[in-house]
Amino acid sequence: MGDTMEAEAKGTIYGINGPVVKVKGSKDFRMLEMVMVGKEKLIGEVIAIHDDMTIIQVYEVTTGLFPGEPVISTGKPLSVQLGPGIIGNIFDGIERPLHYIEKKSGAFISRDLEMEALDPRKKWDTHITVKAGDAISGGSIIAEVQETPLILHRIMVPPTIKGKIIETVTDGSYSIHQPVVKIREDSGAIRELTLIQEWPIRTPRAYLKRIGIDRPLVTGQRVIDTLFPIAKGGTAAIPGGFGTGKTMTQHQLAKWSDADIIVYIGCGERGNEMTEVLEDFPKLVDPKSGRPLMDRTVLIANTSNMPVAAREASIYTGITLAEYYRDMGYHVAIMADSTSRWAEALREISGRLEEMPAEEGFPAYLPSRLSEFYERAGYVQNLNGTEGSVTIIGAVSPQGGDFSEPVTQNTKRFIRCFWALDRQLAYSRHYPAIHWLTSYSEYIDLLKDWYEKNVDGKFFELRTEIMRLLQEESKLMEIVKLIGGDILPDEQKLILDISRVIRLGFLQQNAYHASDTYVPVTKQFKMMEAILYLYSKAKQLIAQNIPMSVLRNTGIFEEIIKIKYTVGNEEFEKFEEVKKKIDEFYHRLRERYKY
Amino acid sequence: MTMKLEYIGLKQISGPLVIIEGIQGASFEEMVEITVDNSEKRIGRIIELYGDIAVVQVFEGTSNISLTNTKTRLLGHSLEIPLSKEILGRIFDGVGRPIDGMGEIFPEVKWDVNGKPINPVSREYPRNYIQTGISSIDGLTTLIRGQKLPIFSGNGLPHDALAVQIVRQAQLAQQEDAEFAVVFAAMGVKHDVADYFKRSFEESGVLQKVVMFLNLANDPVVERIITPRCALTVAEYLAFQHNMHILVILTDMTSYCEALREISSSKGEIPSRKGFPGYLYSDLASLYERAGMLKDRKGSITQIPILTMPNDDITHPVPDLTGYITEGQIVLDRSLHQRGVYPPVIVLPSLSRLMKDGIGEGFTREDHPAIANQLFASYAHVQEVRALASVIGEDELSEIDKKYIEFGKAFEREFISQNKEENRSMDNTLDLGWRLLGILPKEELDRVDVKILDKYYRPYSSTRSEL
Repeated sequence: MGDTMEAEAKGTIYGINGPVVKVKGSKDFRMLEMVMVGKEKLIGEVIAIHDDMTIIQVYEVTTGLFPGEPVISTGKPLSVQLGPGIIGNIFDGIERPLHYIEKKSGAFISRDLEMEALDPRKKWDTHITVKAGDAISGGSIIAEVQETPLILHRIMVPPTIKGKIIETVTDGSYSIHQPVVKIREDSGAIRELTLIQEWPIRTPRAYLKRIGIDRPLVTGQRVIDTLFPIAKGGTAAIPGGFGTGKTMTQHQLAKWSDADIIVYIGCGERGNEMTEVLEDFPKLVDPKSGRPLMDRTVLIANTSNMPVAAREASIYTGITLAEYYRDMGYHVAIMADSTSRWAEALREISGRLEEMPAEEGFPAYLPSRLSEFYERAGYVQNLNGTEGSVTIIGAVSPQGGDFSEPVTQNTKRFIRCFWALDRQLAYSRHYPAIHWLTSYSEYIDLLKDWYEKNVDGKFFELRTEIMRLLQEESKLMEIVKLIGGDILPDEQKLILDISRVIRLGFLQQNAYHASDTYVPVTKQFKMMEAILYLYSKAKQLIAQNIPMSVLRNTGIFEEIIKIKYTVGNEEFEKFEEVKKKIDEFYHRLRERYKY
Repeated sequence: MTMKLEYIGLKQISGPLVIIEGIQGASFEEMVEITVDNSEKRIGRIIELYGDIAVVQVFEGTSNISLTNTKTRLLGHSLEIPLSKEILGRIFDGVGRPIDGMGEIFPEVKWDVNGKPINPVSREYPRNYIQTGISSIDGLTTLIRGQKLPIFSGNGLPHDALAVQIVRQAQLAQQEDAEFAVVFAAMGVKHDVADYFKRSFEESGVLQKVVMFLNLANDPVVERIITPRCALTVAEYLAFQHNMHILVILTDMTSYCEALREISSSKGEIPSRKGFPGYLYSDLASLYERAGMLKDRKGSITQIPILTMPNDDITHPVPDLTGYITEGQIVLDRSLHQRGVYPPVIVLPSLSRLMKDGIGEGFTREDHPAIANQLFASYAHVQEVRALASVIGEDELSEIDKKYIEFGKAFEREFISQNKEENRSMDNTLDLGWRLLGILPKEELDRVDVKILDKYYRPYSSTRSEL
């Protein structure tokens, strides 16, 4: 394909320090160019050039390299292959398929593995959607491939190309390297297009324009959908110390959110967690389509013991894959677990380059890298006219669980939804441990219309009331901590009790319970309604001087706490019974205390 | 060819590092042999290379080395240790040289101590629990075969006794023919601690199944970097070549990290938190992630790293980064220890991430997830009530809060606390949990499904009833 075989830049290794290799002997290397390092052709990337010294980060273990080995330029930036075969697959940080690596090198990953990201032999049933004479430009859809039963893969013209179709093949089975369409570019050049294209991971893919954010990414998690919703095309961060359930929350979102495609990046995390996803997802069924979740999921696994430079790249690889599917018109959600490991990879490499550190040893460019990443989220109109979105949900692992550290603080500036995980909640096994007082979502106003149209006009009214009660509770708890709860007046005791119902019955959600693990927004609303109805009735009773202890002894509070289990996800009519029970409770007590 | 070449003299000596100039054909992380004064031989490893300049870590330290009294030879390979099955029962120093006077190992194979990362798709997700006979662990932070579950301790706390008790009592739930062995790596521990372990292994009759690597407190710091790697290489060999179930104990990880810091600072690297190098996380991960199981092998590697939290601070970089890599942690608490509770496991910050898939019906007992959850939640409430009681006095507490105080005491005294020889079965542990929950009224147990609650809940009676 490469029509001009320029004399490739070629240097020799001068120094080696962990993943950082210094190269001498050529001034022709370009910034961010991909290079082949040493006789084993390890993949590396140019990250700095000082006079005749080129500095390269290597994506594989550098043990055994020695000065004098050759370094060859490839002339192109670090890129990924985009085409059918991505969904359902698991890749390392630079899009090398882990199943294929296993076949070649066994259970332990070795080096020197030349391979393609996508299977070059596999034939795809291809339906050509254009004909000779059609004008095409970047993003135009030229063919369709059923990639998985859930995902129709739309083959697109690479963004920079414009011209007319001269010839196409007929519908049939093609492998990724077989030309399917021949075009004449406006410049006159003839070019053949295949099912795949390449894209440099550090460059955002083009789109026509951004459009307004107005619909939520429904996750089925009550504390998120109701209290701190995230929009399609939005950004969120989940910070939390270890053991607070970041990964658990990410898994829940990957499983149940209503995106078309999930890109899950295990960035510097545990190997067993990726194995868990690999075992679980094929077995779990998407509630909308009834198909295994793996049919809409891509996994990128660069676990903590895999090379650190590839960990840095894995975030970009993931977002590039996400943008590619967005370009086809899909809503893609990307879970990055954890962005702190990525920031630490930056720090590690920066340290080896002996750059001047800013806060806590992190490089000064940490905030700009973070913003570049989060700004790749968005709800857009694509070049081909379709609409798609990329939603980014990044986990943050603050050092020592302290949210004032640089990664959390800088992330906070570039995201609009903050789900703060709380250690105390996690210790008392309140999951998801998202703390209602420290979390926020800036999307509430943008999403109001959607909730009012699709759920209920009163949705946000009730949400505000719930938040008010929780606020009130935390204030009262300050007093209780000092002098005990007994001396509070009954209406304040009621606030404590109803807040307990909200916490245990609503905010706490059981990921291992068949129906509680995912709850439709309508049921979330009905639950809120039931809890607040109980509150209003109980308040009336208190106003009639009926002691709180009497209300408590009826057991109605415990009963409402259990509605998450006793009322099924689609059994909305059962909420009528719940309401009746609350009414009964009200009338019974009022009768008893009538005299 | 380079094997024969010897380089005379050094350019610079700094802490445990030496710099050699004029080296030809050296490769990154290659081993070198340094002969001092034509007699004493020391081993080193190249940790940085620039042109013909090599930075070398000298394992035995640099004392007595001058710029002129050395001859250095490249060994042509990275650090390897000889392996064969007769390694069981043997004792080595921190870099894998026998110190038990029983001669060299006749190698079946030689493996690079750095190992290679396990491909995540080749891993088998760990599901089978290991019964330790310790209620706080079995009941609330269940250890799973193939897990890495560290003990976060402090100086003066009985983590060693706990580790020994785990080794002595550990048994696999599903009895299989597979063999069980322990690999023990001591990094910077005191002589008597190492002796304590050795004696305990001897007394419990497992010494023939133990491989020990000892880098004691006064042994060279640089060797300390290699010790856990040797141990884990042996573990991988036994687990994945000979299908054995291996329990690896690494103690003390804090000494290991401090050694890493010392070398990093000799190299003049830019420090990050508390002077530890920026790559501490990656370095620890390269050790901890060597635990696990593989789909195509029978063996397993379970790790129990022990670390002492400086100043009992769980946010110190060593426990902090460890907690982010390992699958949970068992935290020991000084105030429990002072109250005479053994093992002083403080359950609220303790966690086993893998237990959710290894307990319950078909593994331990149907009620296990529910009761574990309930014990955590109730005990968390006990802490709130205690805080309140410390302000207003216990007498002023409400009736229900008084019950919580009672439950808290009983829980620490009977459930957490147990004898160093006491080996409780899983059923015992769970029944004990139910008995103590009986102190609380049934309505308070909001984490348990009604069906389970009806089946197991009994109001408390002070005599031990058999449920």
